[in-house]
Amino acid sequence: MPLAQTATTVPVVVNDDLCIADKGCTVCVDVCPLDVLRIAVKDDGTKTAYMKYDECWYCMPCEADCPTDAVTVNLPYLLK
Amino acid sequence: MDEILDSSNTLECDILIIGGGTAGPMAALKAKKKNPKANVVLLDKANVKRSGAISMGMDGLNNSVIPGYATPEQYTKEITIANDGICDQAAVYRYAEECYGIIQELDSFGIRFQKDENGEYDVKKVHHIGTYVLPMPNGDTVKKALYRQLRKARINIVNRYMATRLLTGEGRVAGAICVNTRTAEFLTVKAKAVIMGLGAAGRLGLPTSGYLYGTYENATNSGEGYAMAYHAGAGLANLECYQINPLIKDYNGPACAYVAGPLGGYTANAKGERFIECDYWSGQMMQEFYDELQGGKGPVYLKLNHLAEETVAEIERVLHIVERPTRGHFHAGRGTDYRKQMIEMHISEIGFCSGHSASGVFVDEHARTTIPGLYAAGDMANVPHNYMLGAFTNGAFAGLDAAEFIEDVDFASFDEGEVIAERDRVLAPTKRDDGIPPNQIEYKTRRLVNDYLQPPKVTAKMELAQQRFEEVREDMEQGMYVRDAHELMRALEASTILDCAEMAAAASMYRTESRWGLYHNRVEYERDDENWFCHTILTKGADGKPTHKKQEVKPYIVEIEDDEKDAYYKQRVTSTVAAE
Ligand SMILES: Cc1cc2nc3c(=O)[nH]c(=O)nc-3n(C[C@H](O)[C@H](O)[C@H](O)COP(=O)(O)OP(=O)(O)OC[C@H]3O[C@@H](n4cnc5c(N)ncnc54)[C@H](O)[C@@H]3O)c2cc1C
Ligand code: SF4
Ligand code: SF4
Repeated sequence: MPLAQTATTVPVVVNDDLCIADKGCTVCVDVCPLDVLRIAVKDDGTKTAYMKYDECWYCMPCEADCPTDAVTVNLPYLLK
Repeated sequence: MDEILDSSNTLECDILIIGGGTAGPMAALKAKKKNPKANVVLLDKANVKRSGAISMGMDGLNNSVIPGYATPEQYTKEITIANDGICDQAAVYRYAEECYGIIQELDSFGIRFQKDENGEYDVKKVHHIGTYVLPMPNGDTVKKALYRQLRKARINIVNRYMATRLLTGEGRVAGAICVNTRTAEFLTVKAKAVIMGLGAAGRLGLPTSGYLYGTYENATNSGEGYAMAYHAGAGLANLECYQINPLIKDYNGPACAYVAGPLGGYTANAKGERFIECDYWSGQMMQEFYDELQGGKGPVYLKLNHLAEETVAEIERVLHIVERPTRGHFHAGRGTDYRKQMIEMHISEIGFCSGHSASGVFVDEHARTTIPGLYAAGDMANVPHNYMLGAFTNGAFAGLDAAEFIEDVDFASFDEGEVIAERDRVLAPTKRDDGIPPNQIEYKTRRLVNDYLQPPKVTAKMELAQQRFEEVREDMEQGMYVRDAHELMRALEASTILDCAEMAAAASMYRTESRWGLYHNRVEYERDDENWFCHTILTKGADGKPTHKKQEVKPYIVEIEDDEKDAYYKQRVTSTVAAE
């Protein structure tokens, strides 16, 4: 039985224009206790952080430790 | 990242500390200081820099015993009463005596505590009887300060490895089996002593929002400490004494009355009336909360809108920056202004956590479990009402004792077959082509926990829970399916959560009385001191199912008078205080 593709809206958003993952930064990925952030390659070949898994404790280390203020933590939709 | 790799490594160390949240780092520092030659490894599922309950900091020390404000005798008495008498006082008393030294040590790490004009610690009263709450003006720095100390002491830190099982042999601990959360690579750690500080079982019940990670506890803490101790044969105490907290509805975090209480905030019913005298969390307090809701007087709120502007601003400054900083976002999103509206509260789902109640792996005043060489501290060990300072202080006790223990022993030999069996268990969901993803196994288990285990507890419902859990276990063992290493971590957590759910049901069925207010309110039974003034100890039986025994409460060090015993049951406000 194949798995369904049920969509969820993720609480944590990264501003690609500010993110310096392309220069090697992985701070938000490193600090997240739930390990839900990853680095993606964009269409133009540069890199950015993004939320890969919707499993967030809305705790904020990713936002607090990002050197360029690229991360915004919103409340997960189900509880906001 | 996340691709499943087939590899396994072995690591040897003198002391393995699992969990680098609060108790773990202090255990590591103390062990290393006592025995600088010891190889101390601190291993964490997350990254020690930002892991655990204190990941973003803390509002204050909830349970500090500071000379001039409180004595170890008073504190031991208060916690014994708050925990309904079931308390081996030696561990609480030792904590109360030595926690002041730990405060001074934390101070020397650069963590500041609130002082008054005279330079004295500015301790606040929140508990029913004594004064123990000490605010931390720069509480957001606590984790960074600890991390600096760990680097300075050259503790070996291993991040992103999840411990799944303990190894034992020769009647003592031999190490642990761990799995990398991003590659599924195995790491077998051989150690002469193991200290567990894996935190609470925070993903046991399902939050009413339905969001699996919308928990009070740091959602990384899925209860492996409890499950690992269980499978290794250690005793777990009083698991029926659940953790249930009064939290901001939907947000499911603290409101927090410990900060607002001393400044004049209080818990109120829908009319804005105070109905409990004391906002310190206890099962008895939660029962009053429950009764207020059942009596049609809810919702229940935290009330701050009668306070002066500068007081509210001060409360906001603490609550919206430290500990759970998204509290501010949440209130802004709902349009809740502390000055105008009250904050809607609710009764949380259940968990295991001695930090706030008493359910945990049984330990003595040295943080020793029932398995030689194995220690537990913090939220997962059974010292009641531990909180953050308890995690630090008992972590210190564990580190000191372990440093001594390793001097006389070598590695215990163990059955290699156990490692192979664990590999097979862990990797099973990666060997299937399709099946049930871990999030559905977890959701169903936790939803059943809410349906059947949330107090008031009813025998017939708990029996149904046990049947349903067995069905979910069958599905999990035969059909759970994962696609990458990250999902494998969630699969291992789902199995832990199911173990904890089964323990919660079994422990609650065993104690045929009511105790600890709402935490173990069994509607068919009254409190029964004659038969149940004892600990219950749960272990894994020969048939692989929980088995139980009673264990006497050690004779008190600090006597409790008959008329003091029920003080925590007398917190309902008798003449209602009208809203100001
Ligand atoms: C929201 C909140 C607010 C609180 N407010 C206060 C307060 O104001 N004052 C106060 O005194 N107390 C407070 N507490 C309680 C206090 O924070 C805790 O009691 C204390 O921090 C627990 O410490 P611990 O070491 O047991 O657990 P934690 O600090 O949570 O550490 C557990 C560690 O184990 C790791 N881990 C989990 N599973 C595994 C595994 N399988 N393998 C490897 N590692 C693993 C985790 O990543 C984590 O680092 C609060 C708790 C919470 C959740
Ligand atoms: S920490 Fe900030 S800059 Fe670095 S990868 Fe994450 S979002 Fe990008
Ligand atoms: S808020 Fe916390 S859990 Fe969510 S992505 Fe950021 S660090 Fe991870």
